[in-house]
Amino acid sequence: MSDQAQILPGTLDLLILKAVSLGPLHGYGVLLRIGQISGQALLIEQGALYPALFRLVRQGLLKASWGTSENNRRAKFYELTAAGRRRLREELAGWNRLAAAMGSALAAEPEEV
Amino acid sequence: MKLLAYFRSLAAKFLRRPQAEDDIEEEMRAHVQNRADDLERSGLDRAEAERQAHIEFGGHGRYKEESYKALGGNFISTVGQDVRYSLRMLRKSPGFTATAVLTLAMAIGANAVVFGVLNVLILHPLHVPHPESLYAIQHSNEPSSYESYPDYLDIRDHNHTFEDLAAYGATMAGLDAGEKNPTRVWLEEASGNYFDALGIEPVLGRVFHASDEHGANSAPYIVLAYSFWHSHFDDDRNIVGRTVLLDKHPFTVIGVTPPDFHGTLMFFNPQGFIPFVDRELIDGENDLNARGKLTVFMTMGHLKPGVSQAQAVADLNSVGTWLGKTYPKDAGQRTFTLARPSLYGDYLGRPVKAFMTGLMLLAGLILLAACANLGSLFAARAADRSREVALRLAIGASRLRILRQLFTEAVLISLIGGAVGLWGSVLLLGALSRWQPIQRYPIQVDVHPDANVYVVALLLAVVSGLLFGAVPIRQVLRTDPYEVVKAGSTARVGRRLTVRDLLLVVQIALCAVLVTSSLVAVRGLARSLHGGFGFEPENAILADTDLLSGGYSRQQTPSMQKRMIDALAALPGVESVGLANGLPLGVDAGDSLVFTDKTTDLRQPNAAADPNTYSVSPEYFHAAGTALLAGRAFTWHDDQNAPRVAVINPELARRVFGSVDNAVGGYFKLPDGTRVRVVGITEQGKYASLAEAPAPAMFSSILQAPASQSYMIVRYTSESQNLVPAIRNTLRGLDSGLPFYVESWYKDLDTNLFPARMATFSLGIMGAIGAMLAVTGIFGMAAYSVSKRLKELGIRMALGAQRMEVLQAALGRAVKLLAFGCAAGLLLGLLASRVLSFIVYQATPRDPLVLAGAVLAMALLGLLATWIPAQQALSVDPVMLLREE
Repeated sequence: MSDQAQILPGTLDLLILKAVSLGPLHGYGVLLRIGQISGQALLIEQGALYPALFRLVRQGLLKASWGTSENNRRAKFYELTAAGRRRLREELAGWNRLAAAMGSALAAEPEEV
Repeated sequence: MKLLAYFRSLAAKFLRRPQAEDDIEEEMRAHVQNRADDLERSGLDRAEAERQAHIEFGGHGRYKEESYKALGGNFISTVGQDVRYSLRMLRKSPGFTATAVLTLAMAIGANAVVFGVLNVLILHPLHVPHPESLYAIQHSNEPSSYESYPDYLDIRDHNHTFEDLAAYGATMAGLDAGEKNPTRVWLEEASGNYFDALGIEPVLGRVFHASDEHGANSAPYIVLAYSFWHSHFDDDRNIVGRTVLLDKHPFTVIGVTPPDFHGTLMFFNPQGFIPFVDRELIDGENDLNARGKLTVFMTMGHLKPGVSQAQAVADLNSVGTWLGKTYPKDAGQRTFTLARPSLYGDYLGRPVKAFMTGLMLLAGLILLAACANLGSLFAARAADRSREVALRLAIGASRLRILRQLFTEAVLISLIGGAVGLWGSVLLLGALSRWQPIQRYPIQVDVHPDANVYVVALLLAVVSGLLFGAVPIRQVLRTDPYEVVKAGSTARVGRRLTVRDLLLVVQIALCAVLVTSSLVAVRGLARSLHGGFGFEPENAILADTDLLSGGYSRQQTPSMQKRMIDALAALPGVESVGLANGLPLGVDAGDSLVFTDKTTDLRQPNAAADPNTYSVSPEYFHAAGTALLAGRAFTWHDDQNAPRVAVINPELARRVFGSVDNAVGGYFKLPDGTRVRVVGITEQGKYASLAEAPAPAMFSSILQAPASQSYMIVRYTSESQNLVPAIRNTLRGLDSGLPFYVESWYKDLDTNLFPARMATFSLGIMGAIGAMLAVTGIFGMAAYSVSKRLKELGIRMALGAQRMEVLQAALGRAVKLLAFGCAAGLLLGLLASRVLSFIVYQATPRDPLVLAGAVLAMALLGLLATWIPAQQALSVDPVMLLREE
């Protein structure tokens, strides 16, 4: 557990969008998918997923429909809308810029200054 | 478009909240189940797996709440949640809820009733098109509108500022639609242009127009009022064209007015309308050309568009100047003002407005007192709930959310209270609308509530809810959850003056004001009922008729009057019977200018007095119970052949002769030059109103100043039983076609006492509500302070405190506040009562009885309200109490 990282504030939405972009998922599936693609390295409070999901639905980035899960439970499946895909692209670009900038800033050595 | 969609989703969230709630709930449950499945697969047993899954999920309720917020339905659905929670809290304390709802229902109900009446009387008085530009012409020197018919015609034709001027007078007639007994009806005698000037269209047939008039008695038409058509002719649509007899003269029914048109004088609902030019048929005299006879009751019309009131007054005054120049004998310079016609200009308008405004103010005070009352109750409740509040704060509720919850509770209570109050007031206003306070006159006020009343009541409810809901704000904001949970909710016994104390003082003061004012009013009325009338209404029955309505000519009148007097006097148990053409404090018989004997120029400015005049039979003074101070009463020999004589009252004697002593045997002159000898002096009485200053009055012998209007006062011995049927039979035996009216004199006086009675009644109600509020307020405060300090009281008793000391500790503060509030309230009440003395006769605040009464009342109320809490304090069982913690 201790090697899991607390996710940065504001990044949960991005993670959800990314997870859902790989294929329609229900809520628990989103959690599993994030765990899977992050190599179980990120710690997410499970309940916090839902307010975020509803927020994204309301913003029109996700759309939800009821269906049946793999173990025959009724479940709500989320998938990206066109707006959601566009947003994911923008956020990814933004994140990459930020990560690169943070990476180079934190990697700076005394002689480079 | 987006906004619309947003609102739609908002509405959908609100309306289908259970659906959204179920969805979220189900989704979260599925999540936990899925997680538990996985955990079970990794080797845990099912129960442990589910437990673990729940823990990992985190705060279920919190995430559900946040999900709502995320869905956008947050505000409305939390309001829904608040409302449901509030209802649960209110159900848990039914005593508190009932008290609060009842208090508000009374306060808001009182306001709604007063506003409903105010709304009808002052804000929306007449059901005519464009009432805002309708004005009556009023004399500038006194609040009256009387005119002679020729003067009215001149003002109508010579002014340039009114679109048209209509005029009307009121009269009474016997209406015979083919039945045996004619019905007495009140009619408006209206100028031909009356309906056209007001813009009134008939619901049936037609109304009369100016073109119908071709000189005296040329238009024998009657337009029926809707209610009379409904009650008397059963909505018979074939009535148009039928002929009815009015005072035995044939009139053709030509139409029916709309249901909401009751003439142009508020209160007074005539049963029909006839053209003014037919006056002679009903009133027996052709005075259409008499410039000295004030036959028109009111003149009114719409101002032309763009004409200001000042312009209209200037225009009217120039007509007045012209009238004065053209007819110097009849009128001097005339000046006018404008007034609203509905309450007869300022005559009724001013006192009614003053009184209603005063009443509205008192009602406002009641609401304020109720708010103060509920505010302190709420503050106490919030203090009691400080542990709950602290817990909620500790587990993460925002203070805003808690305040919103408290406000929801307050507004909910005030809305329920408002609804109950409004319901009551609608019932009351409905009853008032049906009520006919005075049998003799067609007086009825339609005060059915309209949208205005509902809106005002709703607004008052919400505002008062916010007002008293705001009281505990500071308390909640300052709550320190840690302190409260640690120390428990035992409040510190502060010596500081708290908001609650202040509210209580304010409330008690307001209630004391209400109690004092109503006592002043009641006492004033009680006094006005005793003494000073100048006659004795006890043991007297009034029978009145108009011989003209019965078809008697001028020549036949005196003998018929004598026959009626003799017939009634012969009834067993009757002491004496007097007859008069009008009665003091009853129907006005008229007035006449009076000049000293030396005056030669008999014009108005030279008159010595303008007394009320009455034509009376010889036995009148005995029958009326009016004492003669000097001289003699009339005899049957004071007739047309004898010199003209009069009995006058002391005030007239003083004005004409300078003193009462040398009046008997003296002479004075009437406007036509007749010399009149004074043969007697009566006691001073009240003539026009109870509140009047001593007024002059003159009595003439009915044989010398004949009149067809006949009021017979039948004085009977105190042991005689109900004489009314016998009187009816006797009169019917004399002439079955004569319309008449029999009533005890006391009942008849109602007319005059009506305003004072109404005033006293409504003030009494206000006072009673004020007293009730005082009781609940003091009770709430006392009960609360006792319950707060039960433990302390228990310890005191355990240590051997005496009963008095316990009471002192428990209630000392409440009593002190009570005394302080009472003193302030009494002082304010006495000041406020000065205003009352303008309305209620003989209402003076400087009355020791009133003062004592108010003090006693407040003390009793205080005692009553602290009784139960005191008992509770004394019955404390220290052992039980100490064991509880």
